Amino acid sequence: MGVEIAVEGLGKSFGPQTVWRDVSLTLPPGEVSVLLGPSGTGKSVFLKCLVGLLRPEHGSILIDGVDLVGCKERQRYELRKLFGVLFQDGALFGSMTLFDNVAFPLREHTRYRESKIRRIVFEKMEMVGLTGAEDKLPGEISGGMRKRAGLARALVLDPEIILCDEPDSGLDPVRTAYLSQLLIDLNAQIDATILIVTHNINVARTVPDNLGMIFRKELVLFGPREILLTSTEPVVAQFLNGLRHGPIGMSEEKDQATLEAERARYGDGAELPEIVPQLEPSPGLPVRDAVRRRKDRLVQSLHTLAPAAQQNVLSSLTEHEMARYGLRRSTRAGGVL
Amino acid sequence: MNLSPVPAMRQVGSLFALGLEVFRLMWRRPFQFRELVQQFWFVASVSILPSALVSIPFGAVIGLQLGSLTTQIGAESFNGAASVLAVIQQASPIVTTLIIAGAGGSAICADLGSRTIREEIDAMEVLGVSAVQRLVVPRVLAAMLVAVLLNGMVSVVGVAGGYFFNVIMQGGTPGAYLASFSALAQLPDLWVSELKALMFGFLAGVVAAYRGLHPRGGPKGVGDSVNQSVVITFLLLFFVNGVVTAVYLQLVPAKGM
Ligand SMILES: Nc1ncnc2c1ncn2[C@@H]1O[C@H](COP(=O)(O)OP(=O)(O)O)[C@@H](O)[C@H]1O
Ligand SMILES: [Mg+2]
Repeated sequence: MGVEIAVEGLGKSFGPQTVWRDVSLTLPPGEVSVLLGPSGTGKSVFLKCLVGLLRPEHGSILIDGVDLVGCKERQRYELRKLFGVLFQDGALFGSMTLFDNVAFPLREHTRYRESKIRRIVFEKMEMVGLTGAEDKLPGEISGGMRKRAGLARALVLDPEIILCDEPDSGLDPVRTAYLSQLLIDLNAQIDATILIVTHNINVARTVPDNLGMIFRKELVLFGPREILLTSTEPVVAQFLNGLRHGPIGMSEEKDQATLEAERARYGDGAELPEIVPQLEPSPGLPVRDAVRRRKDRLVQSLHTLAPAAQQNVLSSLTEHEMARYGLRRSTRAGGVL
Repeated sequence: MNLSPVPAMRQVGSLFALGLEVFRLMWRRPFQFRELVQQFWFVASVSILPSALVSIPFGAVIGLQLGSLTTQIGAESFNGAASVLAVIQQASPIVTTLIIAGAGGSAICADLGSRTIREEIDAMEVLGVSAVQRLVVPRVLAAMLVAVLLNGMVSVVGVAGGYFFNVIMQGGTPGAYLASFSALAQLPDLWVSELKALMFGFLAGVVAAYRGLHPRGGPKGVGDSVNQSVVITFLLLFFVNGVVTAVYLQLVPAKGM
């Protein structure tokens, strides 16, 4: 099973500019999480802090119980072996072919024979749909292909934690759907902890078990998908619906007067869309253990959730599960016994 | 432009730290031999021709200047000696400096800079491979080797140029030139010259790598970095050259006549 990442009170600034402060969240082991946020809110910076490329000034990041912020250089290199990271533009090595790029981690960290390396590389290339492109250079292929090759390279050492920086940007909707499915399938197969950073609403609605959002230099919310998808928090509602009215403006946050005017015009709080069902692993793959673990966790803390979120959790349970958790379906909205 | 001294000191500090790191990782296996050969070839190919072209006029100018000066004070026979001192001890390390920083260093800086903004360096670090060991060390070593090579070449070409202008153009006597040459020149001159070149190569490589690994914001930043790397290297190398020359003149007594 994947590894838990516990972030506590994290803060990062570049000189006088604070990127975000006091970010606390726990990525549950083996589950898929998405971190949303408008462009420039420091999502990429957050990912780079998680792998120890940037050093946050405050807080701690516990990975499998070891604090990445305070630990020694050597330990940091050890911890990094747990990670597979997909960077925003794939970050392939420009002077190597796709094959050599994907083979790079194997050649560096294993003593496999070339035939075994070939087999693994071809398997991962097929997984991301790049069969036949092994001999191309990164400069000769499209952005979407670079991204998929970057993913293949991130997967080649069977990581326990997969971080993806905007896997959907620059991809068409169909390719994005394939990539989303690929991540869910991966989770079903290797049970890795996955964190996806994006501003794509569709990915946020269909892929993750847990969802969070960064806005105004803070983590607005982080929790099970039901909580964010039913949240009436204005920022979250605006973002998840892609609306113009709400606290997020074109260049920065809006001022109070504009907000008042909008409130008068559009009324309070946008209607949230229905929660769409989460993606399932492709047919033939095992069920995701994460789903069961997460349900256990949710049911235990059900009474702490908002009524709408409770309702959603309950409606996602089968009769069989209801019986297992000792719950009864009630006709009243939000009622649980 | 920020004129406060603290960020500047911090930059100097991290530059120094990178220098130490490069020195430490130079001895760490696995040694990146292929990368070294490729980089050596690359740096050599961009710098050999320009340094040959620069060193001929350099030797010539020194030869001509000295020629007219020595004629005025009636010391034509010291022409060879003076030009060899000037060329080997000073001119050739300086020419090497200019070329290594201007041609080799800028190429290294641009290459590492574009890799940095494409996040290749980050990706490498995340894959558990030290970018300093893998990319910077071979480049610094290549710059050092090429500097030594260039320094030797510039010395030969410069002295030959001086000889040509003195003997052929100004009608000096070949015998006097060569005799004074061996009277004043000593082997330590060449050693210290090569040692300087080695240090210059190291410094130019480290400065170029440092600026390349830390470009400020986007592709435009890489251009600025290359620019700065050349200027910083020039300043640093002229300074180091002054120090080394002063120390050398104190330690090794000039050959008497
Ligand atoms: N290395 C850096 N040095 C200084 N500022 C940076 C650096 N990296 C990112 N930033 C700043 O941090 C902010 C967040 O950037 P980023 O994480 O790329 O945003 P996002 O990925 O959410 O679009 C931006 O304002 C950016 O200018
Ligand atoms: Mg980003």
